[in-house]
Amino acid sequence: MSECVIPTLTSMEVVESKSVLPEGWKADLSNLKGLDLTQPVLELLRRTTSRLPQDVIDALVKGRDAEEEGSRAFNTLNDMVRNILLADGKVTPLCQDTGTVIFFVRHPYGLSQRAAKKQIREAVAQSTKNVWLRPNCVEALSGKNTGNNMDPFHEGHPVIHFEEWDRPEIEVAVMLKGGGCENVGAQYRLPDAAIGAGRDIKGVRKCIIDAVVKAQGQGCSPGILGVAIGGDRVTSYEKSKELILRKLGTANADPKMDAFEKEITNDLNTLGIGPMGYGGNTTALGVHVEEMYRHPASFYVSISYMCWSSRRRVMTIGSTGQVSFD
Amino acid sequence: MIRLTTPITEEQTRQLKVGDEVLLNGRVVLSRDIGHKFMKEQKPEWLKPILENMVIYHCGPVVRKNADGTWSFVAAGPTTSIREEPYQADVIDTYKVRGVIGKGGMGKKTSEGLQKTGAVYLHATGGAGSLLAERVKRVVDVKMLEEFGSPEAFWIIEVEDFPLVVTMDSHGGSLHEIVLAHSQERAKALMG
Repeated sequence: MSECVIPTLTSMEVVESKSVLPEGWKADLSNLKGLDLTQPVLELLRRTTSRLPQDVIDALVKGRDAEEEGSRAFNTLNDMVRNILLADGKVTPLCQDTGTVIFFVRHPYGLSQRAAKKQIREAVAQSTKNVWLRPNCVEALSGKNTGNNMDPFHEGHPVIHFEEWDRPEIEVAVMLKGGGCENVGAQYRLPDAAIGAGRDIKGVRKCIIDAVVKAQGQGCSPGILGVAIGGDRVTSYEKSKELILRKLGTANADPKMDAFEKEITNDLNTLGIGPMGYGGNTTALGVHVEEMYRHPASFYVSISYMCWSSRRRVMTIGSTGQVSFD
Repeated sequence: MIRLTTPITEEQTRQLKVGDEVLLNGRVVLSRDIGHKFMKEQKPEWLKPILENMVIYHCGPVVRKNADGTWSFVAAGPTTSIREEPYQADVIDTYKVRGVIGKGGMGKKTSEGLQKTGAVYLHATGGAGSLLAERVKRVVDVKMLEEFGSPEAFWIIEVEDFPLVVTMDSHGGSLHEIVLAHSQERAKALMG
């Protein structure tokens, strides 16, 4: 299984030819009340579940090529690349855990969030029928699966965040967040005597290292970390998750934080945890950190861990009604 | 590379050591969270002939029902095993299970169970859902589908050359313990 795989995905022409949207489909943004997002969101989910973003693939390949050829770490990263190509070619889920389905919708004034929520839920239910998503919504205590990914209370699943903005276009970002990596996320309250972390950037660094050591391979390393400093318990975790949407290799707007991100990523890759916790030099593909404001008494560091199969995609319906996926 | 076909004998598992690469063939039984709680608390008799000398796979697959009523596995990588730590040793002992497939490794209690019964923990590559589904040749049967839902039911499948690594053996060895200890030491140095 160690033959070095070259990561060439199917062409965009092939992806487009399999789209659920009719060729040349356009939205009429002058009539937001009449807009139906069901089909475009269905297409967004189809692409997200089966095709990994190029920046994530590049980071995995870079990690693989830095491992000793033939080592378990090398072979494991190579199998990950092999899996990416298979899922892309067959348009089937990259991973059986298609995760908690989390949407971030940004829209102009005039769009009905109630209508959009209904349409997004419909697209998720349809994706489940199409076997692009596994039914991942179970009643908390009984464990009873609803079978269609729908939380009957319209609260827990799918997760949809709405925000109105002053731009004409509509942006729908989606993240498929697996349960294994969600379970190794962590929230610290500084100062934290147990790990000797104070209320400064050094303390934040200790939290990140501690969380990654505790996670070992259980979150499907190499991971991508979103780290929020500040906020309250909810906004802090929320921000940390949103940071996973940032493309790997893009710079943090704050140069000091950018340098910190690069340094901590290098540090994490000296821990020796490696892909799937087998040992190796590739433990983290990237760390995205953002500072927020906080109550004087509270100092949270929230860490969301994303597995190597970081399935995220952004759909934009531009001002002319054209749909694009990035 | 070691080729193993289920059912497996205790003699075979006792020979396996941490680091061995295994290609597994034959029948495997899927079970995860609700299934393990159920096995430990209810100890159903009907599972005994299904699990004796067999291998349990911690996996919640994506499945497709075909037009003729049969099932196909579309994606089928491992789920995180540590959640079954409170149940696993008991399940291994009750049902004389010879192997557990999962990801991320398990703890002390399971290691003791592996040693006592003569079983191994086999690690599969997490997230490799498509790759591993290709090695599933047939869905033989499914139990408790209605009660547990498709991600948690007892799927009985046949695999061919399913690629695994022994990361916990029946002699107390654990690759996970070694990597953990090493990374903790390194973290200490990094954190000053």
